Amino acid sequence: MNELPQQLVNGLLLGSMYGLVAIGYTMVYGIVQLINFAHGEIFMTGAFGALTVYLYILPNGTSMWIALPLMLIGAALVSTTIAVGAERFAYRPLRNAPRLAPLITAIGLSLALQQAVWAWYPHAKSALTFPEIPGGPFHIGDVTIQTGDIFLLVVAPISMGVLAYFVMKTRTGRGMQATAQDPDTAKLMGINTDRIIVVAFALGAIFAAIGGVAYGLKYGQIDFRMGFILGLKAFTAAVLGGIGNIYGAMIGGLVLGVAETLATAYIADIPGMDQFGSQSWADVWAFVLLILVLLFRPQGLLGERVADRA
Amino acid sequence: MRQRSLIAITAALAAGALTLTACGSRDEDGGSDSGSGGTTVTIGVDAPLTGDLSALGLGIKNSADLAAKTANKEKVVDGVTFKVEALDDQAQPSSGQQNATKFVADKNVLGVVGPLNSSVAESMQKVFDDAKLVEVSPANTNPALTQGTDWQTSKARPYKSYFRTSTTDAIQGPFAAQYVYNDSKKKKVFVIDDKKTYGAGLAATFTDEFKKLGGTVVGTEHINPDTKDFSAVATKVKNSGADVVYYGGEYPQAGPLSKQIKAAGAKVPLVGGDGIYSADFIKLAGASGGGDLATSVGAPVEELASAKEFVANYKNAGYKEAYEAYGGYSYDSTWAIIEAVKKVVEDNDGKLPDDARAQVAAAMQGVSFDGVTGKVSFDEYGDATNKQLTVYAVENGDWKAVKSGTYTG
Repeated sequence: MNELPQQLVNGLLLGSMYGLVAIGYTMVYGIVQLINFAHGEIFMTGAFGALTVYLYILPNGTSMWIALPLMLIGAALVSTTIAVGAERFAYRPLRNAPRLAPLITAIGLSLALQQAVWAWYPHAKSALTFPEIPGGPFHIGDVTIQTGDIFLLVVAPISMGVLAYFVMKTRTGRGMQATAQDPDTAKLMGINTDRIIVVAFALGAIFAAIGGVAYGLKYGQIDFRMGFILGLKAFTAAVLGGIGNIYGAMIGGLVLGVAETLATAYIADIPGMDQFGSQSWADVWAFVLLILVLLFRPQGLLGERVADRA
Repeated sequence: MRQRSLIAITAALAAGALTLTACGSRDEDGGSDSGSGGTTVTIGVDAPLTGDLSALGLGIKNSADLAAKTANKEKVVDGVTFKVEALDDQAQPSSGQQNATKFVADKNVLGVVGPLNSSVAESMQKVFDDAKLVEVSPANTNPALTQGTDWQTSKARPYKSYFRTSTTDAIQGPFAAQYVYNDSKKKKVFVIDDKKTYGAGLAATFTDEFKKLGGTVVGTEHINPDTKDFSAVATKVKNSGADVVYYGGEYPQAGPLSKQIKAAGAKVPLVGGDGIYSADFIKLAGASGGGDLATSVGAPVEELASAKEFVANYKNAGYKEAYEAYGGYSYDSTWAIIEAVKKVVEDNDGKLPDDARAQVAAAMQGVSFDGVTGKVSFDEYGDATNKQLTVYAVENGDWKAVKSGTYTG
C-alpha cells in the first residue's frame, strides 16, 4: 500500500496547526518587531479556556456540535484577554526600551503563564483529557482522516481567508499594513498605532486559540507545557515563511509540518541513513531545511524585507 | 520549566554552601538530638512530584511517608524517629543530581528512596556513592545500574551504595517477549522506544528475546518524547503489517501513541513495561486502548496477602494520590532503610555511630524481611532477589492482572 498520501495528509495537518500559531508571531513581529515568545502560552491558555467552557460552564453531556462554537468563543476570549493584557501591561511600557528588554519580558511572561496554569488550574499538573468530536474516521482512498482533524481541515483555510480579506480590504487592515511599513508616518497620517498594535495582538491570539482547540481535538489531551515546543515550531515556521508575512506563516507552517512527517517516514529508507531516520531526528531535518532556506533566501520563503532588527 | 531549574540551581548552590558549613561543625554527631532525647533520622525521597510522571512519583512519596510513619508508630527502632523529606526531580537527570547533592549535604539523611527514572538514577549514583549514602530505588529497571554497562557479557557492580527492590529489564523485556509470542500468539512486532535509558534498554531486551523465540521485527522507530504528534509513526506501523507494537518508554507518550496507532487503522495492541503501567495510561489512550498490555514488577499488590495491611493503611492515611505501580516497592525500599538503620543502632548500643551512613550502606546488603511485595533482600549486585513480574491488560478502563511469573531463560 502506498504510504505517501497518508503521510502528506499527516504533515499538512500538523503544518496547519503550526501555521495557525505562526500567524500570531508574524503579525506581532511585522508591526512592532517583537518576537512574542509568550505566544506559545497564549495558544496553551486558549486550549484551557475551551476546556473550561466544556467542563465548568456547559451542562454535562452537551453535544459537541453545540459545545464546539462556544468552546471556540471561550478559547478566543481567554487568549485575547491574556494577549491584550500582556501588550498593555508588559510590552507597551517597554515600547521604546532597547530591543532585548521586551524579548526577555516575553520569555518571562511565557514561564509565568505556564506556571500559573500549572499551579492554579484544577488537575493541570498532569495532562487533561479534551472532549472529542464523535464519529469514526473517514477514508478517502488510502487516506484515513480522523474526526478531530476535520475541524483543522475546515477551520484553518477559512480563517486564513478571512484574515487575508481583513488585512487587505478593511480600514483597520490597511492601517496595519501602514503601521508595519512605517509606524511614525502612519501616525502622522492619522492612524492610531496603539490601537493597531492591540488589534495585531488580539488577532494573533484568536488564531492561537483556534490552534489550541484544534490541538485538543486532534490529540484528545492538553497540558500546561503544550505551548512551549509548539510555540518554538510555530516561530520556526514564521521565520521559514518570511517573518512579517501572514501568507508566509501559513506556508512556512505547512512546509515545516510536511518536512517533519516525511523525514520520519522516509529518511530511514535511504541506504546508510537508518539511524538518522526516526522521529527523534525529524526536528533535526526540519532545522536543516530551515538553515538551507535561510542560506539561499535570508528573508524566508515569502518574505519581502530582510529581518534587519531582532 | 527554566524558572524551576533556576530554583534548583539556587538550591544546589545553597546545598553547596551547606556542605561548606558542615565542614566547620564536625563535632556534631550523625543525627540531630531532638528535645525529647531521641534522634531524628531523615529518609530522603527523590521522584518526579510534578510534570508528566507525577502520578507515579507522588505514589512513591506517599508510600515512603507511610512506611516512616508506621515505623514511628510501632517504635521499630528505639529512640529513633524517622522523617521523610521529598524532593522533586521532574524526571530530569540534572535535577536528580542536584537533589542528590542536597541530600548528601544534610547530615540527618541516612538513606534515600528513589528515583523513578533510570536516567535520573545514573546521574545520582556517583554523588551518593562518594558520600557512602545508601540509595534504594523502588522503580529503576535498567540492568546497567547494578550490573555495569557490559552486563550482558561481564557483570560488575559499579556502585556499592545503590540497591533496588524492583527487578530489572534483563528479566522484564524477555518476560514480555515470551508472553507476547507464546500466550498472545503475536509473531510480527513493531518496536518503538523513546531513546531514554529505560525505554531503549527495555526495547532492546524485548527485541533480543522476541527474535530468539522466532518472531519477526517488522519495523523500529524512536519517538521524540517532547511531541504529542505520532501520526507519521502510526502510519508506518499500520503499513508495516505488524500484529503487535512494543513500546519502551513511559505513559505520557505511550497513551497518545496507542491512541494514534489505533486511529491510523492498525488495530493491534500496544505492549509496554512498568513505565506505562499507570491509570493515566488508560486515560490518555482513551477508549481504543482496550487490550493494550503492560508488564510490571512484582505480583499485583491488591492480591498479595502481605500487602493487605499496606493497602488498608494507605487508604486510612488519606493520601490524595493513588500508590500507583511502585507503592508497595517504595514502602519496602523505605522499610529496608529502616531495617538497616535498626541493625546499625542495635549494634552500637542503641545509638547512631559517627559513620552512620557507611554502616547503613553496609548493613543494607544483609537486610532481609517480609515486605509488602514478598521477601525483600538483595543479591551481590544490589538487585532484588524477588524477580516476580506480572502482565496486565487494559479491560473496561482498568488494568487487570492476567499472568504472573518470571523469566528463567
